[in-house]
Amino acid sequence: MRITCPLCGTRDRREYTYYGSDDYLNRPAPDAPPQAWDDHLHNRDNPAGRTRDLWYHDPCGTWLAVTRDTVTHAVHGVDPVMPVSGRGGA
Amino acid sequence: MRYSGWRVIAEGLRGQRGWAPVWRDPAPKAEYDTVIIGGGGHGLSTAWYLAKNHGLTDVAVLEKGYLGGGNVGRNTTIVRANYFLPGNSEFYSHSLKLWEGLEAELNYNVMHSQRGLINLFHSDGQRDAFVRRGNAMINQGDDAVLLDREGVREMLPYLDYGQTRFPIHGGLLHPRGGTARHDAVAWGYARAADRRGVDLVQNCEVTGIDIMNGRVTGVQTTRGAIRARRVGIITAGRSGQVAAMAGMRLPVESHILQAFVTEGLKPCIDHVISFGMGHFYISQSDKGGLVFGGDLDFYASYAQRGNLPMVEHVMEAGMTLMPMIGRAKVLRSWGGIMDMTPDGSPIIDRTPVEGLFIDCGWNYGGFKAVPASGWCMAHLMATGESHDYARRFRLDRFATGHLLDEEGTGSQHNLH
Repeated sequence: MRITCPLCGTRDRREYTYYGSDDYLNRPAPDAPPQAWDDHLHNRDNPAGRTRDLWYHDPCGTWLAVTRDTVTHAVHGVDPVMPVSGRGGA
Repeated sequence: MRYSGWRVIAEGLRGQRGWAPVWRDPAPKAEYDTVIIGGGGHGLSTAWYLAKNHGLTDVAVLEKGYLGGGNVGRNTTIVRANYFLPGNSEFYSHSLKLWEGLEAELNYNVMHSQRGLINLFHSDGQRDAFVRRGNAMINQGDDAVLLDREGVREMLPYLDYGQTRFPIHGGLLHPRGGTARHDAVAWGYARAADRRGVDLVQNCEVTGIDIMNGRVTGVQTTRGAIRARRVGIITAGRSGQVAAMAGMRLPVESHILQAFVTEGLKPCIDHVISFGMGHFYISQSDKGGLVFGGDLDFYASYAQRGNLPMVEHVMEAGMTLMPMIGRAKVLRSWGGIMDMTPDGSPIIDRTPVEGLFIDCGWNYGGFKAVPASGWCMAHLMATGESHDYARRFRLDRFATGHLLDEEGTGSQHNLH
């Protein structure tokens, strides 16, 4: 699998670190109920098919939201994400 | 007698035409007391223990493909009980005891081979951690022996003791650990459950779960609607899709784990060897193939095939540990879909829907758990109460903070 970084171009999968579903982008308010935080951190749609998840491009330090297919490994689109909540968690 | 040496010879002379299927292939009935979604190792063992321990035989196992066609038929077959945390420790200990009696219980040769499992360590700190783990295993009633470097060399003379990246300081030997014939485990449970009257329905994909007033009433399938009082979801990597039919989102992300088999070789690796620092483990099957694997590819995937970087990584780790395997040809590789939880431990629990139960989140360690998972899931479905050995495998533990993080790396989807 190869992912195209908007800054660096198409690079090998080994240059990227997977973080997880883009649920991580929907950070609840600090006073949100525990269920909202559980959904943010743990519970997942886990789709077989099209998904959008967060990857970190190690050489340039950019967070990317990658739209891809979990069944075929096809990559449909890459968007830079900034700022990302939870930065440094990967 | 169904099987004998004489029968094998006689069938050989008759062109093997006299063998009959060992379990029925029934069409689904319109109603069962209990329906199990998923005819893999865990589903089949649950069916068997529902019948054997709880006397429930009005049970159907619904399998969308063929029995044992998923991860139970494609894994590295390791059976061990070297867990540390309360909650895991007693569960896997129970599972190993069930393994030890499994062939007699099922009257089926699952080729359980307690050839000993050795976890290598490479530093003082790692040795201390293994001493502690070994003590936990002994306290649990299982066995563990700490080997120094010479002790390991005596058992495994073919490892590279000269390499400096991860010098071998010793190992933790788990003598009762070993392997089993994976397919035979599914077949043994299937035959035993079938003989007690459980219907094993193949080519029957569940497409919906019927819920009325918060209570499960049955399932929709590609072979018609089936009413049921109790339904168990035991669908491993596909748990997310099946749970979604009941409106649930699970703390599960499906990942790919690859494994490899070489051509058949003469016996050379007599144990199971785990090289944690290189993410590599290996054993030799009874057919002679070296069976080995590494870590996850580490991103969500249902592709059932992995990427080449992990193939390269596993091969490098193998060559670092035991250069002697360098000229063996890899015969095949495969990728299994692992239902990963944030803390790396499984779930056997009720769901918010009355009568609907779930057994999932086996990560990359489901095979050794097949007997105890079925035992505890059957107990849960029959009595409505968690079995003592599985009481910490709760669905809500990520919300409540009662985690079971055996690895100690944190509760996050990309860490296990």
